Amino acid sequence: MATTAPGAGTRHVPAPDLTEPLLRKLYRSAEGRWLGGVARGLAGHLGVPASWVRILFFALLMADGFGILLYALFWFVVPLGVGGVDAERHGLIGTAPGPDGRRRLFARKPDKGQVIALIALIIGVGIFVESIHIGRVADSYIWPLLLMAAGVALVWRQADNARRAQWAEFSRSKRVLPVARMAAGVLLVCVGVTGIVVIQGSAEHLGAVLQATLAVIVGLALLVGPYLVRMMQDLSAERLMRIRAQERAEVAAHVHDSVLHTLTLIQRNADDAREVARLARAQERELRAWLYKPEGTGKDEEEAPDTLAEAVRRTVAEVEDHHGVPIEVVVVGDCPLDERLGAQLQAAREAMVNAAKYGGDGGPVQVYAEVEGRTVFVSVRDRGPGFDLDAVPDDRMGVRESIIGRMQRNGGTARLRSAPGGGTEVELEMERAAST
Amino acid sequence: MTENGPTAAGEPLAGPAGDEAGADRRVRVVLVDDHRMFRTGVQAEIGDTGRTGVEVVGEADDVDQAVSVISATRPEVVLLDVHLPGGGGVEVLRRCAPLLGDPENPVRFLALSVSDAAEDVIGVIRGGARGYVTKNITGVDLIDAIFRVRDGDAVFSPRLAGFVLDAFASTDAPPIDEDLDRLTQREREVLRLIARGYSYKEIAKQLFISVKTVESHVSAVLRKLQLSNRHELTRWATARRLV
Repeated sequence: MATTAPGAGTRHVPAPDLTEPLLRKLYRSAEGRWLGGVARGLAGHLGVPASWVRILFFALLMADGFGILLYALFWFVVPLGVGGVDAERHGLIGTAPGPDGRRRLFARKPDKGQVIALIALIIGVGIFVESIHIGRVADSYIWPLLLMAAGVALVWRQADNARRAQWAEFSRSKRVLPVARMAAGVLLVCVGVTGIVVIQGSAEHLGAVLQATLAVIVGLALLVGPYLVRMMQDLSAERLMRIRAQERAEVAAHVHDSVLHTLTLIQRNADDAREVARLARAQERELRAWLYKPEGTGKDEEEAPDTLAEAVRRTVAEVEDHHGVPIEVVVVGDCPLDERLGAQLQAAREAMVNAAKYGGDGGPVQVYAEVEGRTVFVSVRDRGPGFDLDAVPDDRMGVRESIIGRMQRNGGTARLRSAPGGGTEVELEMERAAST
Repeated sequence: MTENGPTAAGEPLAGPAGDEAGADRRVRVVLVDDHRMFRTGVQAEIGDTGRTGVEVVGEADDVDQAVSVISATRPEVVLLDVHLPGGGGVEVLRRCAPLLGDPENPVRFLALSVSDAAEDVIGVIRGGARGYVTKNITGVDLIDAIFRVRDGDAVFSPRLAGFVLDAFASTDAPPIDEDLDRLTQREREVLRLIARGYSYKEIAKQLFISVKTVESHVSAVLRKLQLSNRHELTRWATARRLV
C-alpha cells in the first residue's frame, strides 16, 4: 500500500494534459510555496501577488469550505512545476518582482511560511467546522473526513517533495522521515475510513470486513509484489546506466574541448619547443584541476581566489602561461587572504616574473609558500645566472620598488640573495592582518 | 634536485652516476607502471646500462604481476607507480613487506607518481617506500635518486617535503609519542629547504652542516613518517580528501 502512493503521484503527471487546453500551462510552484504551491502557481499564472490568491482561498474556505475543495482539486490536478517550465515561470514572476523575490527568500529558510500556513489552516478549518450545522448525521461525518483529508494531504505533500528532490537530485535524503510521514498519512486515512464505517452502523461487520480486506491485500501483495520489486530494480539499474552514460559524455566533452584542442595546437607548433611546453603545461594544469578538484571547479577560474594557497597557485599559473617557463610550486598550510597578503602576493608575482625572465634557462623556477602561525613566508628561487643587487642602477625600480618597497610599505620584509652564477632567491615574509 | 645545480645540457648524463664510472656502480631495477608508454620512456632514458649503470631487470603493469616479478628477480630498487590496477602501490608494498626488511639484500622502493594528491603519496611513503619523485623528473635526477635509494638514503622531492611539512604542521594536539612523532627544528629546516628546491649540498652549505648530516636528517624524517602511527596523520589525510 505504502509504495503505491508516491507511484500514483508520479504516474499522475500526464493527467493534467486533459486540463491543459483550458488552463494553458498552469503549474504549481515548487519555490516559495506554503502548502501545495497552488496559490503561488495561480498567482504566477494570473500575474497577481500570491497573497491575493491566498486571501481569496481563505475567504472561499469560509464559504462552506469551498476554498478547501478548490485548493485540493488544484493540488490534485495541477503538476508541480520546476525544470522545463522554469524560464516561463520566471517570465511570469517578472511581472510582480517585488513580493515574489521576497517570498522566495523567505521560503528558502526552514519552512516558516508553512508553519504559518498550517496554523491559519487549522484556525480556518476550526471556524469552518463551527460554522456549519448541516445536521447531526452529516456533522458526525466531518471529523473522519477531516482526518482522511489530513492523511491524504500528508502523503501528497510528500509525493511533491519526492518529485522536487528528484529534480534537484537530492537522492541521498534521509529515509526515516518520509517513511514516518507516509505511515502517519496512511494511518490517518485508515482511521478516517474506519470512523465512517463505524458511524454508518456497520460496526458489527467490521471484523469480517477487515479480515476480507486483509486477505485481499495479502493476495494482491503476493501477486504484484515480485513484479513491483522487479520493476523498481530495473528502474534503478536503468537510472544508474543513464548516470554513467552522462558522466562518460561529460568526460568525453571535456577531453574533446580541451585536450584534443591542445594536442592539435601542439602539432601545429611542433617546431617551437617553448610554445609546446607552455601549451602542455597549461593543459596539464587544467586537466589536473578538473580531475582532482571536487565538483568541477576546473571551469570557474574567473572567480577571485580567497585563500592564500589558491592565490599562489593562480599567480604561478599566470606567470607560467605568460612566460613559458616551468614553475614548481609547493604550498604548506593555508589561510584566508587579506590586504597585506595581497601585497605580498604582488611582490611574489614580480619576483616570479623576474625569475622567469632572467633565470628561467637554468631549470624550473621554484616557488615555496608556507603559513606558519601568523607568519606567511614565500620564497621564489631560480637557478639562473644571478646578479649583483648593488650593481643594479638606481633607476631600475623593478626589484627595489615592486618587491622590497612594496613589502616594507605593508609591514613585511623582503630578502634578496643572489650571487653571480648561483641563481637568485627572493624571500618574502609578512605577518597576517590582526583581525581573524 | 641535481647536485650540481643546472645540469649542463651539453654533457649527456654526466651526473653523479658518471663520476664513479661504470662497472662497479650497478643497480638492478624493476619498473612497475601500468602505462606501457611511460615504462618505455623510462627504459629509454635510464636503461642504457653501460652508460647509466642502471639495469632494468623486469617490468610489471599491475599489482599481482609486480609482486611476482619482484620476488622472482629480487631487484635492489623498484620504481613504483602510486596508481596501479589491483590496489595501487600501497598494495604492492604490503605484499612485498618481507622483502623490504630483508637484512641481506633489501628491496627498496622509490615511488614515482603523477598524482597531485598528498594522501596517495604519503600513503606509499608510510607503506615503506624510501622516496617519492614526480614523473616529470629528468633522467639524470632519476638515476641519481635510484642510486641514493639503493644506498639507503631517502629521496624527497620538493613536493613530498611540502606534503610532509603539511602533515606534521597541522597537528596542533600533543602527539601521543613525543619522541617519535615530532620533527626536530633541524629536520623541519632541512625539509623546508628541500621544499624550496635546494639540493643536499646547498642545504649543507646553508645550515653549516655536512651532506651526511643532511642525509641523516632526511632519513630520520622518513623513519618518523613511516613509523608514526598516530591518528592525526590519518585524520589529516582524511580531511584532505574531503577538502
